[in-house]
Amino acid sequence: MASKTININLKIWRQKNANSKGSMETYKLDNVSTDSSFLEMLDQLNEQLINERQEPVAFDHDCREGICGMCSLFINGEAHGPDRAVTTCQLHMRKFKDGETIFVEPFRAKAFPVIKDLVVDRTSLDRIQQAGGFVSVNTSGNTMDANAIPIPKHDADKSFEAAACIGCGACVATCVNASAMLFVAAKVSQYALLPQGKVEARDRVLNMVRTMDEEGFGNCTNTGACAVECPKEISLENIARMNREYLKGMLSSEK
Amino acid sequence: MSILDSKIPEGHISQKWTDYKDHLKLVAPNNRPKIDVIVVGTGLAGASAAASFGEMGYNVKAFCFQDSPRRAHSIAAQGGINAAKNYQNDGDSIFRLFYDTIKGGDYRAREANVHRLAEVSGNIIDQCVAQGVPFAREYGGLLDNRSFGGTQVQRTFYAAGQTGQQLLLGAYSALSRQIGLGRVKMYNRHEMLDIVKVDGKARGIIARNLVTGAVERHSAHAVIIASGGYGNVYFLSTNAMGSNVTAAWKVHKQGALFANPCYVQIHPTCIPVHGTNQSKLTLMSESLRNSGRIWVPKKKEDAEAIRAGKLKPTQIAEEDRDYYLERRYPAFGNLVPRDVASRAAKERCDAGFGIEANDTNEGVYLDFSTEIKNKGKQTAYAQGIHNPSEEQIIALGKKWVEEKYGNLFQMYEKITDENPYETPMKIYPAVHYTMGGVWVDYNLQSTIPGCFVAGEANFSDHGANRLGASALMQGLADGYFVLPYTVSDYLANEIRTGAISTDLPEFEAAEQRVKNQIDKFIANKGTKSVDYFHKKLGLIMWNKVGMGRNAQGLAEAIEEIAQIREEFHRDVFVPGSADELNPELEKAIRVADFMELGQLMAIDALQRKESCGGHFREEYQDAEGETLRDDENFKFAGAWEYKGDDINQEVLHKEELKYEFIKIAARNYK
Repeated sequence: MASKTININLKIWRQKNANSKGSMETYKLDNVSTDSSFLEMLDQLNEQLINERQEPVAFDHDCREGICGMCSLFINGEAHGPDRAVTTCQLHMRKFKDGETIFVEPFRAKAFPVIKDLVVDRTSLDRIQQAGGFVSVNTSGNTMDANAIPIPKHDADKSFEAAACIGCGACVATCVNASAMLFVAAKVSQYALLPQGKVEARDRVLNMVRTMDEEGFGNCTNTGACAVECPKEISLENIARMNREYLKGMLSSEK
Repeated sequence: MSILDSKIPEGHISQKWTDYKDHLKLVAPNNRPKIDVIVVGTGLAGASAAASFGEMGYNVKAFCFQDSPRRAHSIAAQGGINAAKNYQNDGDSIFRLFYDTIKGGDYRAREANVHRLAEVSGNIIDQCVAQGVPFAREYGGLLDNRSFGGTQVQRTFYAAGQTGQQLLLGAYSALSRQIGLGRVKMYNRHEMLDIVKVDGKARGIIARNLVTGAVERHSAHAVIIASGGYGNVYFLSTNAMGSNVTAAWKVHKQGALFANPCYVQIHPTCIPVHGTNQSKLTLMSESLRNSGRIWVPKKKEDAEAIRAGKLKPTQIAEEDRDYYLERRYPAFGNLVPRDVASRAAKERCDAGFGIEANDTNEGVYLDFSTEIKNKGKQTAYAQGIHNPSEEQIIALGKKWVEEKYGNLFQMYEKITDENPYETPMKIYPAVHYTMGGVWVDYNLQSTIPGCFVAGEANFSDHGANRLGASALMQGLADGYFVLPYTVSDYLANEIRTGAISTDLPEFEAAEQRVKNQIDKFIANKGTKSVDYFHKKLGLIMWNKVGMGRNAQGLAEAIEEIAQIREEFHRDVFVPGSADELNPELEKAIRVADFMELGQLMAIDALQRKESCGGHFREEYQDAEGETLRDDENFKFAGAWEYKGDDINQEVLHKEELKYEFIKIAARNYK
């Protein structure tokens, strides 16, 4: 690894809390290793701020290996920054140039209110999940043997690809309409592709879409930006599948 | 009698759990809504427990410090989950899984607990499939398996390199269903900062709302701690940044014994350290050892040339490579258990054969070129290409590897900027998992009545070393298939208790303890950041309580940690206020507990004058550098009792381990 260091300028959104007005603040940070991740760069900035007795920048993060979905950030106008198929914690400073000015903002959407600085509230996604993102099976030592129902590998693989969604909300932050269609479609697809999910398929899609609307997410206008910025490369195909499921659900007779 | 009553039931090992379960007390469905259960942590153990108790009809409150229960660090587990299904017809059975786990733990785990774990392993897979967890499948539509370290069968179920994610999302979906139905109340962005005991029983917790800073009281008839492991005591580990010991440690300080803190798993295959600003280490799944071969150059000058950038690994001829695991352990080869593989890597690097150009030269190769060729050839034949060209073979082989490990290869490339399909991965051991934890009996109950501890937070199943793909198994076993029975038995005596008031003086006192600590940090006029002290602690832990330990280093560590702890409390600077989102304050509270725990780990390691599993005392090894156990004197779980601010005063209690169904032997993977 050819390691070198760069000096950068940062323009970062600072906002005390949900009720206060925020603004972009400017910081200068020197000697950033190009092997550092973007979040390690922010750690370095915070260490500098703390040593200057200033308040550090609040941002969400946890696993730092691209799987928990907790990190976010809109970097230079893109969710999770300029690299593809990565979360912010996997974005490395080698993607930036010496002397560059980097703009860092929170994920913005009506359904994601700012809590502080770069930290937003994404519990609206949890509530969509609670409306139907499950198979209604209780814990029991007596469910049928796991191999009792063979599932075609192709379906299982497709289901897995949809289930790889990490729930970060990049699709929402990216979408001009702040729509959560890709997120919801991924969950609906995971179950729609498996026999276990078919029993409740109709209620699931109707309830999840209704909750998505109630939470204040926008509609889908097929721009496709969500799939481009998705760190897990969730395909637009899932939205098409969800639309079919939704239509089927709407047309089928009431219970 | 010792205060450690393991409550292991009588009977033959294969019947203990069945018989015991049949005689546990029950709580009738009409009584369950009157009983409150608190679950702290929403990883595999916590989420599965919270969901199960919600389904049963109890009134559940679940807590996590992340912004959503789906973020818990179980999500990052990569390789797989073990179950004794014997789907591959390779002679697997419940007994074999039991035996492998006991042996893998170097004969330092409790037989009855481990057998129960093996018994319910099959149910876990059934349950997860019923929930719609998309495990990997074969073309016939049945579930696929692979091998993990320390076993000679294929019993690991997986979902690419994201098994933990898929299992956690399964448990999260079950939990979400209960939240939606109003049976579980979820407290996101809340951190448990103390436990409340009333008349000796666990009756609630004090939690801080991380958004508003409010310190809240929550009461319950039973408290389940599923807050994970303490690997972050080393600062650098594969744990998530927020992973911490605070919930478990606070329970310890209120009377629960803490067992085997020195048992730490150093995972052999992680991406090497790159620099001083590094915040965490990234694991490359053990499953890669199914396909990758580990080596360093045979000649020191080759290793030096590689470090200097004058030579590439692909230029080293086959005969000049030292596949040291295959050489030393032919029976298990690259799939020896983690502690063995880690020590072997350290041995080679200490001897000067490391290939990474960092401060310590610590790194070895994990090479996929052999597997790419083998699988490429197989795939070509399967596709009817009987005279495949070299390029065809390589292309098909890479595709095969991508299908199995694609996300891991991508992750590696993003971090290191090197393409592991073309050049071997560089790896080195890193802190990954902690086998020690809160001492629990067979019911998973701590020495505080009503306080149960599950998953990585307890000490019970993995002895001195955990086998790969067993953590997911244990987390879900505890949450889905053990706690629902044993906690209900405890709660059967609580149906007349009624709601527990949070106005009791015990709640007042616990809240005051928490507020005092917070106020002290905010008011402190220190000069250095929390991370400054955490990194210092981590370095001592890694150098002196890490992969190799000795009496002198441990004695030094005990003193140095006590000093840093004192310095930390005197000189730490926590910016901001207590009544807002304040990540620095959160870190300070966690690091305060790591300081105390770190000291206890060193004390425990010093006390254990033997080598076993992840605990390697340099004074106790054989001529070939293998661990030397001392069963005569150390065949016990060492559980520590808190005795006040000075950690050196903690008192050791011993739970003698009895091996009635497995013959205890030297662990041999040769």
